[in-house]
Amino acid sequence: MSADNNQDNVVRLHPGAGRNKSRIHLRGRQVNLDTLAELRELIGDQPIKRDMLIEYLHLIQDNFGYLSAANLAALAHEMNIPMAEVYECASFYAHFDIVKEGEQPPVAVTVRVCDSLSCQLAGAQQLKAALEAGTDPTQVRILSAPCMGRCDTAPVAEVGHHHVDHADVAKVVATIDAKHFHADIPDYIAYDAYVADGGYALLKKCLAGDYSWEDIQKVLADANLKGLGGAGFPTHMKWKFVRQEPKPRYLAINGDEGEPGTFKDRMYLETDPHRFIEGALISAWAVEAEAAYIYLRDEYPASREILQIEIAKIEAAGLAPAGGIHLRRGAGAYICGEESAMIESLEGKPGLPRHRPPFVAQVGLFNRPTLVNNIETVYWIRTLMDKGAEWFSSQGRNGSQGLRSFSVSGRVNNPGVKLAPAGITMQELMDEYCGGMADGHTFKGYLPGGASGGILPAGMADIPLDFGTLQAYGCFIGSAAVMVLSDHDNMRDVVVNLLKFFEDESCGQCTPCRVGTEKMVKLLQRPDWDQVLMAELGQAMCDASICGLGQAAANPVNTVFKYFDANLIATDLAASAKPVVSAGDIT
Amino acid sequence: MSQDIINFTLDGEKVTAKAGESIWQVAKRMGETIPHLCYKPEPGYRADGNCRVCMVEIEGERVLAPSCLRPPTEGMVVTSATSERAQVSRKMVLELLATDQPEREESPDKSSHFWAMADLLAVDATEARFDESIKPCADNSSKAMRVNLQSCINCNLCVVACREVQVNDVIGMANRGSASKVVFDFDDPMGDSTCVTCGECVQACPTGALMPSTVTSEEGKGDSADFDRKVDSVCQYCGVGCQLTYHVKNERIVYVDGRNGPANESRLCVKGRFGSDYIHHGDRITKPLIRLEGARKGIHNDFDPAKPLTHFREASWEEALDFAANGFVKIRETQGKKALAGFGSAKGSNEEAYLFQKLVRTGFGSNNVDHCTRLCHASSVMALLEGLGSGAVSASFMQAKHADVVVITGANPTNNHPVAATFFKQAAKNGTKIIVLDPRGLAMKKYASHMIQCQPASDVSFWNAIMNVIVTEKLYNQKYIDSMTTGFDAVKEHVKRYTPEAMSPICGVDADLIREVARLYATANNAMIFWGMGVSQHTHGTDNCRAMISVALMTGQIGREGSGLHPLRGQNNVQGASDAGLIPMMYPDYKRVDTGSVKAMFEELWGTELSDEPGLTVVETMDAVHDGSVTGMYVEGENPAMSDPDLHHARGALAKLQHLVVQDLYVTETAMYADVVLPASAWPEKDGTASNTNRTVQMGRQAVKPPGDARQDWWIIQEIANRMGLNWTYTHPRDVFAEMKQAMPSLNNLTWERLEREHSVTYPCPAEDHPGNDIVFIDNFPIEGGRGKFVAADIVEPDERPDDEYPVILTTGRQLEHWHTGSMTRRSAVLDALEPEAVATINREELAKIGAKAGDMIRVSTRRGSIELLAREDVDVPAGVIYIPFCYAEAAVNMLTNAALDPVGKIPEFKFCASRIELVI
Repeated sequence: MSADNNQDNVVRLHPGAGRNKSRIHLRGRQVNLDTLAELRELIGDQPIKRDMLIEYLHLIQDNFGYLSAANLAALAHEMNIPMAEVYECASFYAHFDIVKEGEQPPVAVTVRVCDSLSCQLAGAQQLKAALEAGTDPTQVRILSAPCMGRCDTAPVAEVGHHHVDHADVAKVVATIDAKHFHADIPDYIAYDAYVADGGYALLKKCLAGDYSWEDIQKVLADANLKGLGGAGFPTHMKWKFVRQEPKPRYLAINGDEGEPGTFKDRMYLETDPHRFIEGALISAWAVEAEAAYIYLRDEYPASREILQIEIAKIEAAGLAPAGGIHLRRGAGAYICGEESAMIESLEGKPGLPRHRPPFVAQVGLFNRPTLVNNIETVYWIRTLMDKGAEWFSSQGRNGSQGLRSFSVSGRVNNPGVKLAPAGITMQELMDEYCGGMADGHTFKGYLPGGASGGILPAGMADIPLDFGTLQAYGCFIGSAAVMVLSDHDNMRDVVVNLLKFFEDESCGQCTPCRVGTEKMVKLLQRPDWDQVLMAELGQAMCDASICGLGQAAANPVNTVFKYFDANLIATDLAASAKPVVSAGDIT
Repeated sequence: MSQDIINFTLDGEKVTAKAGESIWQVAKRMGETIPHLCYKPEPGYRADGNCRVCMVEIEGERVLAPSCLRPPTEGMVVTSATSERAQVSRKMVLELLATDQPEREESPDKSSHFWAMADLLAVDATEARFDESIKPCADNSSKAMRVNLQSCINCNLCVVACREVQVNDVIGMANRGSASKVVFDFDDPMGDSTCVTCGECVQACPTGALMPSTVTSEEGKGDSADFDRKVDSVCQYCGVGCQLTYHVKNERIVYVDGRNGPANESRLCVKGRFGSDYIHHGDRITKPLIRLEGARKGIHNDFDPAKPLTHFREASWEEALDFAANGFVKIRETQGKKALAGFGSAKGSNEEAYLFQKLVRTGFGSNNVDHCTRLCHASSVMALLEGLGSGAVSASFMQAKHADVVVITGANPTNNHPVAATFFKQAAKNGTKIIVLDPRGLAMKKYASHMIQCQPASDVSFWNAIMNVIVTEKLYNQKYIDSMTTGFDAVKEHVKRYTPEAMSPICGVDADLIREVARLYATANNAMIFWGMGVSQHTHGTDNCRAMISVALMTGQIGREGSGLHPLRGQNNVQGASDAGLIPMMYPDYKRVDTGSVKAMFEELWGTELSDEPGLTVVETMDAVHDGSVTGMYVEGENPAMSDPDLHHARGALAKLQHLVVQDLYVTETAMYADVVLPASAWPEKDGTASNTNRTVQMGRQAVKPPGDARQDWWIIQEIANRMGLNWTYTHPRDVFAEMKQAMPSLNNLTWERLEREHSVTYPCPAEDHPGNDIVFIDNFPIEGGRGKFVAADIVEPDERPDDEYPVILTTGRQLEHWHTGSMTRRSAVLDALEPEAVATINREELAKIGAKAGDMIRVSTRRGSIELLAREDVDVPAGVIYIPFCYAEAAVNMLTNAALDPVGKIPEFKFCASRIELVI
C-alpha cells in the first residue's frame, strides 16, 4: 500500500514551516540504560534516599575519578530528582569533578596544595608553581585547595587522599611515584583501650538511668562549657532548647572544621576518637535524638577511616542509638561549617545557610529540632564528668574560665594544638606554649580567630583570648585558630589571601557576600586602597549578609585599617604592587 | 503562641500586622514600597531573602533583616525609610549588582524591574565604583527565549519559577560564590535541555536576563515596555482557562504574560505564552473566497493554502454570504431540513456557540449540530448526565491540593493541561498521593506515588476490580450510599465476579496493586479522579466513565473539598460550547430536544417551530453524507478533514457535499473541500466569554483587529441567519449573552457586566457577589430524585484487536506544542520550531523489531490507510504500542484510526486500533 502522506508529490501540504528537524528522543539529555545498570550495581542494595545524594556522588567520584554527565543523569533518574538538582549539588562542592560529554576527564593523580594563610606564609605558592613545573600534566594535576587542617606542618599538599606535611617537590613527587594515595592512619586510642580506661561507663550509666539528662546538663552548665566550633553558645542551653521542641529530634555533629588555621578537632579525632563518640552519644541520649549524624569534612580522610572503624565497634557493642550513627562526608565546602549549611549538606543539598529564625534547635535536620554541636564540644563531656565542673571552670586566666584548644600556626617556633587557659593573651600563648617567634622573625601581628576573626597588630598582644573579649576590637576568637604574622609578611598578601578564601568559599546565595567578597578582592588588588569604599562595602557585607561568612568576611580589611600603622600599610602596598598571585584559585 | 494581630513600630509609627504578613507586606500596605529584587509579590513565589535589597533595621538585632522574609513580632521596633544603615546597605547591594550589568540602553530589558529599583534607590549604574567581573555569554538556543546571564543577579526567582511554581524542574543555581550561575539541567543550552518552554522564568525574571525572543534582540538588547497597549484576556488553547495579558504593538501581539486567574495563578504554558503569533501568519485569509468553477476539491499538491487563488476567487462579503446562505436555502427547500448539518466550534466563544446552534435549529430546521466534544468527552458527558445529572466537573482541578489521593487516568496533563498539571505536581510535593493509570508512562510519573502502566483499553476491568475490593473489604461508605445514591445493590452484586485475580491478566495490573489502590482511594479522607481522552475515546468510553462514577459514589468521594470527579476538558471552550447547546440531542443547558416541555420553551424563546428529533453526531453526519441524506454543511472553526477518524471516509464525505461553507482563519484541510470560505476572527481578535474545565466562565477581550476584511464570527453567523429568513439584530456578543441567560439557568447571577468587571465567575453561582461554586453535588445531584445512580459496566472488547497482520496497537493524541489539528500552532513560529515534523513515539525494542532506530522514517499502516513519519524513541511507550499525535497534515494519523463508535457517547475509538509498522528504506 502506498503511503497516504502525499497522494501526489506535495509542495507544501502541511501548515508547518518545516524549517527544523524534529527531536528523535525525548527532551533533553537521555539516560543511558547501560550507565544506569552500572550505577545501580555501584549503589548496591542500599535504599535510595534523597539525603544520600552527596554520598552517591562520592561513590561515583571515587569509583571513576570524576562525575560524568551520563552518570549524573543516571543518578538523577534513579533518585527521581531533577537533573538540575543533582548538578547544583555536584557543582557546589570542590571535590567533585563534573565531566560533560566531549570533555576530558581529570588525569590520574590530583595534588592539592593548601593555599590558606599559614601555608602561604610557608611558601605554598612557590610550592605549587614548582610542582606545576616539576610534574607531567598528562599524569598529575596540581590544584589549590583551602585549609587542610594541618597548619602546624605547613606547607601541606595532598596527593590523592594522602597528606604530605612540610611538603616540598621532592616529597610530593616521591609520594606520587610510590602511589601513596591513601591516608596514613596515626596511632590512636582504639575501642578496647578506651574501654579499659573506663570509657563508655558514663554512657552506660546514662542509658541505664543512673543519670538523668539534667544531671549531666548541670555539670556542663557549672563548667560553663561553650560551643567550641566558634560560636561559644552555652552547651547546656542548647540541650534545653532542643528538648523543649517536639520529637522526633536529631543530633548533628559538626565536624566541618574548615576555619583556616584550625586543626584541633582533627587532632582529637586522630588521638582519642571515642572520647568524642561517647560525648556525641551522651548528647544524643540527652535530647532523645532519633539518630545521630556526624558531618566530617572531606579533608580529613584519616579521621573518617578511624570513625568508620570505631563506629562499627560501637554498633557491635550495642551502644549506638536506635536510628544509628550516620557518618557523612563533606565534599570541600567551608560554608558547611555553618550549622544550617551543614544541615542542608546532610540533607544532600548545596550548603546554603538558612535564614534565621527559625533556629536549627527548632527547625533543623529534615525540618526537625536538631542539636548541633562541634566535635570538641562533646569531646569534653566525659572529661568534665570525670574531673568535675570545678576542675574545668577553675582554669582560665585574666578573668576567663576553662580551657581552650588553640590551634597555633604561622611564625612561631612550636606550632600545634595548645590546650591552654581561656583568656590567655597572645603574648603569653606564644611565650609559654609556642617557644616564641620563629627564628629571624619579628612579631608583626596575629589572627586570633582564623580567617574571619580579624587581625591585630603585635602591639595588641595583651588582650585576653576568649569568647567575648575581642568583640570590642571588632575581632573574635571563634575556633581559637591563632595565626602569627611577622615582618616577613606583606599585609596586602595576607588580606588578599583571606578575602580570596572568602570569595571562593562564599555559597553565593546573598548579594553582599557573593558580590561583596569578589569586589573586595578586586579593591584589595588595586595599587592603592580606597579605604572609604572598602569600609562602606565592609559595613554592608557585615550588616546585610545572611550568615557569618559574609558578615565576618570584611573583618581582616576593617581591622587592618583600624589597628595597623598607615605607613606600614603603605610600605606593604608598595612592596606588593606587582600583581598578587591568585592564592585562592580553585580550579 | 500565635496571635492574630501583631502590634509593632515601623519608622516610628504604631502599625499592626496580620498573622503571616511580612514586614515588607505591612510596609506596602502602609504605602511604602521597600526596594525588592528577589521577592516577587505574586502567588506561588515565596520570599527567598537572598538579594538583601529590602533590608530593615530591627531594634536589638546585631545585623539588618530582610523585610520580605521577616514576620514582625509583638512590640518589634523596625526602621526602614528612617534607617540610615538600611539605606546604605540597600544602595550598596544595588550598586554591587549594577556594576556587572550591561549599560541600561544596551541591556536585555531597559524597562526591567531591576532598573526601576535602581531608580528607586537613586543608584546611577554608570557611576558604580567597583571593578566589573567577567560574565557568561548569551544563550540563544531556545526558540522562544533569550538567556543573557550577564544581566543575571542570581536572585533565584527563575529557579523558584521552574521548580516550585511550574514544577518543571529544569533550572538550577549551580556552582557557588561569585561563580554561581543559573543553569538548565547540567548547564546545558536552554534549547537542548529538558525545558518545556513554559516561560515562567521569563515572567519571573526581574532583570531581563531571561526574555521572550520577541522583545529582546539576538544581541541581547530589549525593552519589555515597548508596546502600545495591554489587554487582559483568557487563553485560547486548552480547557484550563488561564488568564493572561496580551502586549500589543502595531496591532501585533508581541508578548504574553500570565495573569492571576483562579485556574492559573499567573502561570501559562508554551502555547499560551508563545503561541499567539499564528494570528499574524501570512496564510490568514483576509477576504471571502468562492471556489472557482471546476476547481478540484480536496487536498492535492496543486493547492497551497498560502496561495488559495489557484482554486478560489476573492469575493465581497455580500456575494460570499449570499452564496453561502443561498446554497443552504436551496438544499433546505429542495432536499429538506435534514439535508443540512453544521459543526460549530469549541474554540469560539459561548456566544458564538449559542448563535451557531440557534442557526442550525431555527434556520436549517434540524438538530444536526455537533462539535468536537463528540470526539473528546462525549462519552464522559453521557455517563455523567446519566449517573449524576450533570456533565460538568464536580470540583475544580485546583481542589487537587486538598486531596490526599488523586487518580489521573487516560490523561497526560503535563502535555495537554500543563497549568492544571502544575497544581497536581505542587499537590504531590505537598504530600498528595498521585496515582497515574495509563498504558504509557507519563511525565507525571516523576511526581506520582504510583505509575500504573495498564493494558490499553482495559479500564472497565481495572475499575470493576477496584470495586470488587471495595465491596469485598467493605471499604464503601454506607452512609453516603444510603443518603445520596440509588442502585448500589445491583452494582455490588455485579462486581463480585470481577476479582483482582481475575482482572489482573486483562488489565495487566498486579492483583495486590489493585487492592492497594482500592484501599488508598476508598480510605482517603479526600480523593479525586481526573481523566482524559484515554478513558473517553473508546467504544466502551461511556462504560469506562460509568465504572469510575460508581467507584466515587460507593466511597462518597464526591461533593467535598479535595474530592470529586473531573474529566479534564480539552478545548478552551468545550465546556461552554456544550453548555450552549452545540449538541445534536440537547438544547442549551443539556435539555433534551425530545422532551416536549423543553421544546416548547425554546420555541417560545426563539419564536419558531423546532424539531424534536435528535440530530446527527459528527461521525454519523459523515456517514449521512456518504449515503446522500446530508448534502450541505456549515463548518465553523472545526477541521474534520483532520480530526475525524478514518479520514478517507471523512474526506470522501466532504468531497461529496453539494455545498460546504467553511468559516475559519486559513484554508484548512477542511476548507480545501469548501465551496466558500469565510475569513473569521481568531480568539485574540474577539470579545466573548469562554467556560473552562472548572465551569468557570471567563471574559475574553479583543486585543487586536482581525486582519484585512476578516470578520467577527458572531457577525458572520448572523449574516447567514438573516439570509435564511431569520431576523437577528444582535449588535455585540453581550446581546447574545443576555439571551443565553434566558435559556440557561446555569448562568444565573452571571452577567456580562460582572464578567467584564471580575474577569471570571464559576457556575453554578448562588449570588451576584459570590465567586461561584468550586465544588458541587454537596448534598444532592441535579437529577430526578437527587440521588446519584450506579450504572454497572461490563467489559467490552476494543473494536479492532491486534492480530498477526496488524500486531501493534496504534493510539493517538496530542503533543505539548501543538493544538489539535495543528492549523493554529503549526503556524506559530515558536511552536512550529519546537515540533516541526510528524513524529511517532515508540520504544527502542519495538523499533528494533523492524530493524529501525530513533530518527528513522517508519511506515505505519492499518486496514484504513498508511502514513510515513519519523520515529522518536520513548522508553515510556510500552511494548506493542505506537503513539502518534494527530496534528500533522503530512502524516495524518486519522487516515489510520477506526471510526467505530461508543454506542452511547457516539465517540470514535481514537485510542485503539490495530496497525503494522515498517522501516521505510
